[in-house]
Amino acid sequence: MADAPSGNADNNTAEAFLQGGSLRHAPGPYFGNYGGRWMPESLIAALDELEETFNKAKDDPEFRAQIADLNKNYSGRPSLLTEAKRFSQHAGGVRIFLKREDLNHTGSHKINNVLGQALLAKRMGKTRVIAETGAGQHGVASATAAALMGLECVVYMGAEDCRRQALNVARMELLGAKVIPVTSGSQTLKDAINDALRDWVANVDNTHYLLGTAAGAHPFPAMVRYFHEVIGEEARAQILEQEGRLPDAVCACIGGGSNAIGIFHGFLDDPSVKIYGFEAGGDGVETGRHAATITLGKPGVLHGARSYLMQDDDGQTIESHSISAGLDYPGVGPEHSYLSDIGRVSYEPITDSEAMEAFRLLCRTEGIIPAIESSHALAGAMKVGQRLAAEDPASAAEKIVIVNLSGRGDKDVATAAEWFDLLDKNSAESEIGKEGEQL
Amino acid sequence: MTSKSAAAIDRARSQGRSALIGYLPAGYPSVEDTIAAGIALAENGADLIEIGIPYSDPVMDGQVIQAATTEALAKGFHVSQVFDVVAGITSRTDAAVLVMTYWNPVVRMGVDEFSRRLAEAGGAGLITPDLIPDEAAEWMAASDKYGLDRVFLVAPSSTAERMQRTVDASRGFVYAVSIMGVTGARTSVSTAAKDVVAAAHGAGAERVCVGLGVSTAHQVREIAAYAEGVIVGTALVAALRDGGVDAVGALTKDLSTGLTQETGA
Repeated sequence: MADAPSGNADNNTAEAFLQGGSLRHAPGPYFGNYGGRWMPESLIAALDELEETFNKAKDDPEFRAQIADLNKNYSGRPSLLTEAKRFSQHAGGVRIFLKREDLNHTGSHKINNVLGQALLAKRMGKTRVIAETGAGQHGVASATAAALMGLECVVYMGAEDCRRQALNVARMELLGAKVIPVTSGSQTLKDAINDALRDWVANVDNTHYLLGTAAGAHPFPAMVRYFHEVIGEEARAQILEQEGRLPDAVCACIGGGSNAIGIFHGFLDDPSVKIYGFEAGGDGVETGRHAATITLGKPGVLHGARSYLMQDDDGQTIESHSISAGLDYPGVGPEHSYLSDIGRVSYEPITDSEAMEAFRLLCRTEGIIPAIESSHALAGAMKVGQRLAAEDPASAAEKIVIVNLSGRGDKDVATAAEWFDLLDKNSAESEIGKEGEQL
Repeated sequence: MTSKSAAAIDRARSQGRSALIGYLPAGYPSVEDTIAAGIALAENGADLIEIGIPYSDPVMDGQVIQAATTEALAKGFHVSQVFDVVAGITSRTDAAVLVMTYWNPVVRMGVDEFSRRLAEAGGAGLITPDLIPDEAAEWMAASDKYGLDRVFLVAPSSTAERMQRTVDASRGFVYAVSIMGVTGARTSVSTAAKDVVAAAHGAGAERVCVGLGVSTAHQVREIAAYAEGVIVGTALVAALRDGGVDAVGALTKDLSTGLTQETGA
């Protein structure tokens, strides 16, 4: 299984930096100029405790066995690698494979991280976990892990998101969590993180902050990646087993970037594999209404890490916009900022319209309803496939592109139905969808 | 290196009392009002004044200060106006004026540029709630270059090692966080505050000031018994909100009665 040669230029700096060593296990706290701990002193002791606990745990065979058991017997791993043959026809005729994180328990990759962190919380003797959530996916996953392990769970969620995602609020409450609507600042995901941090400062003795993405202060970026590395490791082994070779490209969507760093991990040290992260382009990056943090942001510090950031000339955080709540965040994990700067990963924006077209296509061609987040990766893969085909039409059918299908779209049916105008104008669902669209 | 903050604290000490430090957010309810309220603070007994820069993501602030800074931002406050506030107060009072800021606005302007302008405005230095010495290399250099105080925070959770590192990195005074939590008035100051101050003194800090949760002259008196300075924020912001500049002056006068131990309580 020789690695396929790199067909073209846009990631060809990969070989140069690879001579410096592996990119796969960057331990933090710094990723180049990014990462670190831009946090109040009050929380540093808790971060130190978490880092120490995590470092011990990952070298502990018992902890690794616990994770492996939960992944297999609770989450349902390994997730499948499914070839999307009919969808591929819309991607320049290259072969598209889907890493099926949508089939995990709770419906997305999020479960990998919450189980790992909840186990660490238990190891630290904490009895309470807190989490932030946008649309509710990480909140539901956190509530799930807390229920499984007997931990108290409090989820901070923007007041407007609570209203838009009333069913996810109910889901968290069914699982025993308490949902606190956040009314400070812009009342969105970033403010939910702010309130979770305020809670953590006041309750750090008994509380673990179960951060949902590969961002924040060290050790969170490296730790959250660690719990998601299973995605990339499985995908790499599966494509080698199924096709006998590595893919030509790997695609994922980027909000904070946890699903992406998880699948990228498996391929970062394979120079022949081009890697793409697709950010939320919202209404289009030229409109200012987007969440394309790496594409258009500037380095700054937010929520504990130095990374690319959507900010104004005063350093105030700018509101992000995306049809996908899971990508609607003005920051990004620091490792992605580094991978962008060194040219190993290409980050590009995908608009709401492009994502929804890919969403519709996957539904119609494969019988899979994807999360709108993951639809950004699908739309990006269509572009990557078309580019590969344009470069070398004769070999298009031999090219392989893996897409991380990070979540399923059940949660997005109301938004999609409104987008495609599928609802009776007088239905209650129409009202919900319409209101959701206004943000 | 001389320190304006240390000089102000020492001046209070020479009068046999602890120093009073009052916090106000810049641009609330307007830049002019902040200057007027700052002058009222100084004229009624505050030795140092802490001017906060309104920021979109103030994770160490409770609801009263959040509401004030959110309003200032909504009214169009710009970071560079903080220098107008500092200059407006330092030109008319003897108080040492520090700026309290989350770190990203400083990063955005450029640490050196921000420091240069702060020094030009007559500012004493910076209080940095989300910058720890570990990440402060650029600020250490700029604060030395422009002769500014760097006030880092220590907390009840700080280990001995971190306490030493933070005390060593600080200049002017060390900000002791009285409780594990965010800003906001509390009915009592936790006993943890005294331990944090003792630990900071033990690490060699000559001037330690206590903040978070302090709102009454009684609390000021409790803290003045063991710390070189007492920091009041939320109570002053609430006074400004409810009673304007006059209320800030009146509250400051009342708080300052707690600074000396011999006032016959």
